[in-house]
Amino acid sequence: MSTSPAATAIPEQRATRDARHDRLFAGLLKACALIVLASLLGAAFATLWGGREAFGTFGWHFLANSAWDPGNQDYGALVPVYGTLATSFIALLIAVPVSFGIALYLSEVAPRWLRTPVASAIELLAGIPSIIYGMWGLFIFAPFFAEHIKPWLTNYLGNNPDDGHPSWVAAHVPFVGKMFASDYPFGASILTAGIVLAVMIIPFISSVMREVFQTVPTRLKESAYALGSSTWEVVWDIVLPYTRSAVIGGIFLGLGRALGETMAVTFVLGNAMELSSSLLDPGASIASTIANQFSEAVGLQKSALMALAFLLFVVTFIVLLIARMMLRRLASREGR
Amino acid sequence: MDTLYLRRRITNAFALALGTAATLFGLAFLAWILWATLRQGIAALDWKLFTKITAYGDQGGLSNAMVGSLIINLIGIAVATPIGVLAGTWLAEYANRTRLGESIRFLNDILLSAPSIVMGLFVYTIIVLPSTVLTHGNTTFSGFAGGVALALIALPVIVRTTDEMLRLVPSTLREAALSLGVPQWKLTSQILLRAARSGIVTGVLLALARISGETAPLLFTAFGNNFMTLNPLDKMSSLPQVIYQYANDPGDTLHALAWAGAFVVTLFVLLLSLTSRLLLSRKVSHD
Repeated sequence: MSTSPAATAIPEQRATRDARHDRLFAGLLKACALIVLASLLGAAFATLWGGREAFGTFGWHFLANSAWDPGNQDYGALVPVYGTLATSFIALLIAVPVSFGIALYLSEVAPRWLRTPVASAIELLAGIPSIIYGMWGLFIFAPFFAEHIKPWLTNYLGNNPDDGHPSWVAAHVPFVGKMFASDYPFGASILTAGIVLAVMIIPFISSVMREVFQTVPTRLKESAYALGSSTWEVVWDIVLPYTRSAVIGGIFLGLGRALGETMAVTFVLGNAMELSSSLLDPGASIASTIANQFSEAVGLQKSALMALAFLLFVVTFIVLLIARMMLRRLASREGR
Repeated sequence: MDTLYLRRRITNAFALALGTAATLFGLAFLAWILWATLRQGIAALDWKLFTKITAYGDQGGLSNAMVGSLIINLIGIAVATPIGVLAGTWLAEYANRTRLGESIRFLNDILLSAPSIVMGLFVYTIIVLPSTVLTHGNTTFSGFAGGVALALIALPVIVRTTDEMLRLVPSTLREAALSLGVPQWKLTSQILLRAARSGIVTGVLLALARISGETAPLLFTAFGNNFMTLNPLDKMSSLPQVIYQYANDPGDTLHALAWAGAFVVTLFVLLLSLTSRLLLSRKVSHD
């Protein structure tokens, strides 16, 4: 290498400059990526910090206490936690079979030209802001529920129907009578909130199911068809087992949404801070309690609300963690 | 033998019919919700919606809420876009298949569906509370805080689309540039990001659609304001927050305004997400 010193100096300078820029650029990018991490950790710590007073005052009893009494400064998480879990569970109970049906229809039954438009229409449901679900629930669905669905439920399943005699189901099946007993005349209830939530999460679950159903190798399905399977048998015995982990992942994804949903639930839950055995009575969820009370709360009440938010965050985090791990399992098997 | 065959056929027909019914069920709810919003919203549409402020109550409009929404959303997108694009770039170009990169990608997916109300409380803790203390109560809730809360919700959407779009860029492009001696920062910022530009813009639009309807995180950050304000350090109202407030009002005079607001928000969000989806599908099908 017999070049003059002046000629080598310039590229070398340039190389060091580029290297420096590269390091700076990579550092900037990494810092931005770490912000994602920081916002998750920050949200957990901020709510934990905000809730320290409540956790310190009530300890573990906070989780088991059904009181929510600003007058006596006595707060417990049981009512909102129960409301959150009950509404989400009802939502899953409705949304999972419906989503499976939609995925089945879109991947096996519908004529090809119909698949994309119907799938996009269902996905449109996911794009509607949750406050719109809330308004629809409050003004349209809850009155409809109170007028048409609730009387039927209390009469045929509840403990105290109009004619005064417990229904046959209530008399023979334990708990059902209590679950559907209500003398509260309005539509807002845990069940209503569960149904509205179900409609909200159907597009999430069904689009995951549909997507993973499409990843099943065609030769697998064709082999089953060649052996004489019906469409249903192919879906139930071939497609579903193959995609099981991702389907569970999709369901947990929907559950994560349902647990943290605020607006759609707040409007139709009735916001009653008391525990009721009936699904037709109003209740409260963690998110609805925070939305309703936080701006006016001070002191211990504010701290209790922060503590609730922390619980919600931790639970949704775990649920979403499971969801993503399940979804990833199918992806890794495919070598993606 | 025949009965078994018959039973299988009946099961099959029954299951497929139920699947079809489930789809109709989903579509029926979509139609029901859209129809309700459309009917009640159009019935309540009026010019005063765009010219009068919420301080007049049922005689007023929503103009301050619309302006507030615009400002808060712009702040949210302005904060989230650079951070999200750079973070997504790091995931795709620098940390692909590294441990830290994979974990951040994973956590970003979780953040994507984290409860938005908790994000609101987070921003309340890190911005609203400190600013109250520092300014002795002059600045408490603010449009800026609302914007940051929305940015936290938009961020994972932008990170994810940027990451995915960059990974769609063919690696021959990278190899060609590197073999010409282009430093990596130049390759990333001037070649790869440019190649993935339309996809990234779509991601930003999707994020905007996502945050435009968000209500929960704004309740304790931007709070609301019955008067028009352009100052981001003021309390600021937004369409979703006003809808929430009006719909919860016990009297029905404000409900019509809430429906009108709901109509405007839904129209905006759906048009935005439809456009971005259209852009996205065109982009993917070309590649």
